[in-house]
Amino acid sequence: MEMTGAQILMAVLKEEEVDTVFGFPGGAVIDIYDELVRTDIRHILVRHEQGAVHAADGYARASGKAGVCLVTSGPGATNTVTGIATAYMDSIPMVVITGQVPTHLIGNDAFQEVDIVGITRPCTKHNYLVKSVDDLARTMREAFYLARSGRPGPVLVDIPKDVANQSAKFKPQEDIKIKSYQPTYRPNMKQLKKIVGLVKKARRPLLFGGGGVILSGAAEAFTAFARKTHMPVTTTLMGLGAFPGSDPLWLGMIGMHGTYRANMSTGNCDLLIAIGVRFDDRVTGKIETFAGNAQIVHIDIDPTSIRKNVGVAIPVVGDCLQSLNELNRMITEDNQNAFEEDHREWLAQIEEWKKQHRMAYDQGTETIKPQFVIDKLFEITEGRAIITTEVGQNQMWAAQYYHFDGPRQFITSGGLGTMGFGLPAAIGAKAAQPDRIVVDVAGDGSIQMNIQEMATAMQSCLPVKVLILNNGYLGMVRQWQELFYEKRYACTTMDHQPDFVKLAEAFGAVGLRATRPEEVIPVLKEGLACEVPVIMDFVVEKEESVYPMVPAGANITEMLLV
Amino acid sequence: MKEDKHVITMLVDNEPGVLSRVVGLFSGRGFNIESLCVAETVTPGLSRITIVTKANPPVVEQIEKQLNKLINVVKVRDLTHQDSVMREMALICVKASPEHRAEILRIVDIFRCKVIDVGLEHYIIEVTGDEGKLTALLNLLRPMGIKKIARTGTIALIREPK
Ligand SMILES: Cc1ncc(C[n+]2csc(CCOP(=O)(O)OP(=O)(O)O)c2C)c(N)n1
Ligand SMILES: [Mg+2]
Repeated sequence: MEMTGAQILMAVLKEEEVDTVFGFPGGAVIDIYDELVRTDIRHILVRHEQGAVHAADGYARASGKAGVCLVTSGPGATNTVTGIATAYMDSIPMVVITGQVPTHLIGNDAFQEVDIVGITRPCTKHNYLVKSVDDLARTMREAFYLARSGRPGPVLVDIPKDVANQSAKFKPQEDIKIKSYQPTYRPNMKQLKKIVGLVKKARRPLLFGGGGVILSGAAEAFTAFARKTHMPVTTTLMGLGAFPGSDPLWLGMIGMHGTYRANMSTGNCDLLIAIGVRFDDRVTGKIETFAGNAQIVHIDIDPTSIRKNVGVAIPVVGDCLQSLNELNRMITEDNQNAFEEDHREWLAQIEEWKKQHRMAYDQGTETIKPQFVIDKLFEITEGRAIITTEVGQNQMWAAQYYHFDGPRQFITSGGLGTMGFGLPAAIGAKAAQPDRIVVDVAGDGSIQMNIQEMATAMQSCLPVKVLILNNGYLGMVRQWQELFYEKRYACTTMDHQPDFVKLAEAFGAVGLRATRPEEVIPVLKEGLACEVPVIMDFVVEKEESVYPMVPAGANITEMLLV
Repeated sequence: MKEDKHVITMLVDNEPGVLSRVVGLFSGRGFNIESLCVAETVTPGLSRITIVTKANPPVVEQIEKQLNKLINVVKVRDLTHQDSVMREMALICVKASPEHRAEILRIVDIFRCKVIDVGLEHYIIEVTGDEGKLTALLNLLRPMGIKKIARTGTIALIREPK
């Protein structure tokens, strides 16, 4: 059947079961938009292309499906770069469609021309410039296939305006095979057997999961493995929710702002089973001494992750889910009883660490403690909300004080640490999970980076909740200045802030504020009950800091404590 | 850790932007490139890139893995410890004053290279060989005055089983 490029594009989106596109139109994509509105695909009109990408990202993280966004050429395309880099660092499946000037103008410095394929080469899993309408369907299918398979990631497809206009024969559904791309899903069984051997011998084992566990849908298998082997569990920021936060084997998060017991356990374990992690510096601290008493086992689908930062005793390239399923099969019932006995002393030691330094704060009666707000948010939502975050202290307090029982519940920019991520990501998550409460835990600084997306939430009727921990500072940077720069607060004070309540109202949303501890619960209850988007402005203790803290480059067990 | 020279050869899709992906990978991750050669192969749609790099063992492992991760890279091999042949070609424009002309021709003869351009004041010499040969030749010609030089960088192929 003869179809135009724009029609072919829609046909492939339907084939790929895309139900939502986040985007912003412009000259180079008018033809595509003209077709888009004839389909039943929902389009969410953002207010800035960065917002479109973060929203597609939040949609992907909340649903497990690939996020899709559509923007115009030139500035539309360049505005997506931060969002793409964010998704790339966290391995989020996403297809970004950018318009391009007509093929005959490419290279001429045409109006709104930019080499977006060149710009995004290092921050996409792969990208394409479609030069002929005959290649469009196949390229789009490849893009989705690459975005979702192996280690997922964003893929960009740049479509010149004339390609969207020209006609070609459309062949529905074809199998995509790329000969130079064959991710290894099946783990090596011999290696897995060796792991089981080590697990049986270990007396102080630690299970350590990351975002890969969630991405591969392995949270349940991961949890089963920990319970079968009676092994304590920690995860990275990206892995929160891979293991229930309410389980007695849960130690809390590892890393720079990890719990005392999780970091001490890492320093003292004799076996570290790392699954779907990449040993980021914010996790490991000083790499030379990381898990210095342990043999390290590393399972990951991306061969480049293995031995990139730490040496490992047993490397396994493979899918986290398949690997965990195999491991679970290999651990038999009679092993299981032994594990409890074998790990008794170790778990007692961990309990001791827990008693020594609990995650705690002292609320007092005057100013609101940010931790208290998150604590109450957790209680009132019964731990069932989807939490997105901005970046900084707000992000860390959300990670520390909200306890996640399931995967895809905590949505945060881990690798890139992108301020301005949380609100659009919340919008995307709400589009994917309309029945869930979605809360963006925000800082007063970060929220201003994409605050315009409140209008998107209003227009698309996506009632997200923004919870600002308003400390009047770029708090996390201020904390570093306090601790390591003798309190020289260079350019981290936000002397002039908008009135967030009025700002909410200006968008047509609800604005609420709490300035005293006793107002926290009523404001949360009112805000969470709202059926429209809401901003809750919590004026909190200005110079509260996030603890524990491992100073950059220090040994992970050398934490600054409150 | 000790950095050694490695000759890495790869087959890539012959598409616009592929070289940029490979080179961008090296610059973005701080890997070193000593030389680089690209040309088509006999298989339509495939080109061969040969890169000489200096790196310690874990970095070489990363280079290979990262290259393999690029979608357009079909096959990667580190030829350093393989039974392979390696060659480089250079065009050397050397000053040829009357008192040096005979000496230069003698050297050219010994090294089995060719004079491909002759002028009143210069010769252009074409030489092919491994890196050692080129270095030795350049050391001998340098005293006469090398005016210009163009080198291809190393290309290499693994030997087939005999
Ligand atoms: C786009 C971007 N710019 C700069 C930074 C550096 N940075 C990290 S945390 C932070 C402070 C964030 O302030 P706020 O949103 O108020 O959060 P708080 O730490 O106070 O909770 C800054 C500036 C960043 N992560 N992202
Ligand atoms: Mg702040």
